[in-house]
Amino acid sequence: MSGLLGPILIIVWKDLLLELRSKDLVVSIVVFGLVVVVVFNFALNNTPGRSAELAPGILWSAFAFSAVLGMNRAFVRDQEQGGLEGLLISPISRDAIFLGKALTSLIFMLLVEAALLPVYAVMLDFSVLSWSLMLTIFLGTLGFAVVGTLFSAIAVQTRSREIMLPVLFFPVLLPVIIAAVEASTRAVGGVTFIGLGRWLPLIVVFDALFLVICPWVFSFVVEE
Amino acid sequence: MTTQPTEAILTRGLAKSFDEWPVLWNLDLSVPWGQSLVLFGANGTGKTTLLRILATHVWADHGTVAVAGHNLRTNPEYARRKIGVVGHRSLLYDDLTCRENLVYYSRLFGLKNHKSRVEEVLETVKLRDRADFRVRTFSNGMQKRASIARAILHRPDVLLLDEPETGLDRESVSILGELLSEWTDSGRSVVMTTHDLDLGMNWGTRVGVLRGGKINFPDEKLTACGSKSHDNQIRQAVTDSLEATG
Repeated sequence: MSGLLGPILIIVWKDLLLELRSKDLVVSIVVFGLVVVVVFNFALNNTPGRSAELAPGILWSAFAFSAVLGMNRAFVRDQEQGGLEGLLISPISRDAIFLGKALTSLIFMLLVEAALLPVYAVMLDFSVLSWSLMLTIFLGTLGFAVVGTLFSAIAVQTRSREIMLPVLFFPVLLPVIIAAVEASTRAVGGVTFIGLGRWLPLIVVFDALFLVICPWVFSFVVEE
Repeated sequence: MTTQPTEAILTRGLAKSFDEWPVLWNLDLSVPWGQSLVLFGANGTGKTTLLRILATHVWADHGTVAVAGHNLRTNPEYARRKIGVVGHRSLLYDDLTCRENLVYYSRLFGLKNHKSRVEEVLETVKLRDRADFRVRTFSNGMQKRASIARAILHRPDVLLLDEPETGLDRESVSILGELLSEWTDSGRSVVMTTHDLDLGMNWGTRVGVLRGGKINFPDEKLTACGSKSHDNQIRQAVTDSLEATG
């Protein structure tokens, strides 16, 4: 595991440093996430009485669209500047490359969500101070990051990558999105972990599956 | 060096096609330690493809390839520790400084004392005074020098260079020439492609021409015919071979 951890952290360090320099990804996703919530809020005529019912759906729609926007860029810089080739000719495993990129995506998405959540809480009128909601958001985002990293690596090699990614991403993540919305609805309603029922374990099972399958598939995707 | 295999590079029956277009077929190549092999060839004859296969970036369709004794199919991660690559792209991130890029690669290669090694290679390619500038601000030639620094960072046993002279000024070409000479003098090997006949003849201890999916060695043909292989004769043989390709 220590053989994996070192390269993973190096990749994360490099990506965070690059983002810190350019700031183009996180800022644009935060702005996009805000716009999505404002649009949904008005389109669905969200009122205080209906917010417990509507807020989780709006929340996860915004997260999912923001994730696609972010994942679209996950490999672009590496592909354009040759960094991916540099990684592939380095003596590190393909698993380490995948997990490094997935961890970077997870950190970016959690940062974006941390910035957006307080605003969403005010706009959609719900409390974010709930451990069950936090856990649901973390596990859902983990699924987004793992699947998104794999499909981003596939999409970046195609000419129509902006279209390709959502086409691949949403069908595969649908079970996670549905489970996350259901679990969040209960969490916003004030239930504890036990009250979340089968939805949280379902996300855990999908995350575990993705964490096994996606690194394996990635090693074939990046080979020429 | 006692356990080192006899050949730095050994390929047997190597074949590679792109879609239905065969680029390399049944290619046998052996590069002994301390040799600098310079490959010439017209565009599209497979020079870059061969280097990319040797660099483990592209898999061959058929055949076996071993670099520094490591089979690339079964042991690619060990082989990568022994290989340094300078390609058409620098493989450096524009928004990192030259030093940050080198630190990043030295950590990927698991170098101990990477700070001193980074300083050493920066000195070798004469980029120490620009080390803390972003690569984005570098000229093509400087990016190529930084790319050379990246490639030699982990002291690879085999250097693979794809037209390394492109974009370099006279001083940089001279630095690269000295570096390659040091490399082969210390028993390590170099495989290089170029379109510059003079440069290739100066830097190579052996020259080959890629044509029809295979490598011809004009100097060996001359030796086999009993002729003393003077530079001019080899040069003429390479030129003839290249013209025949065209």
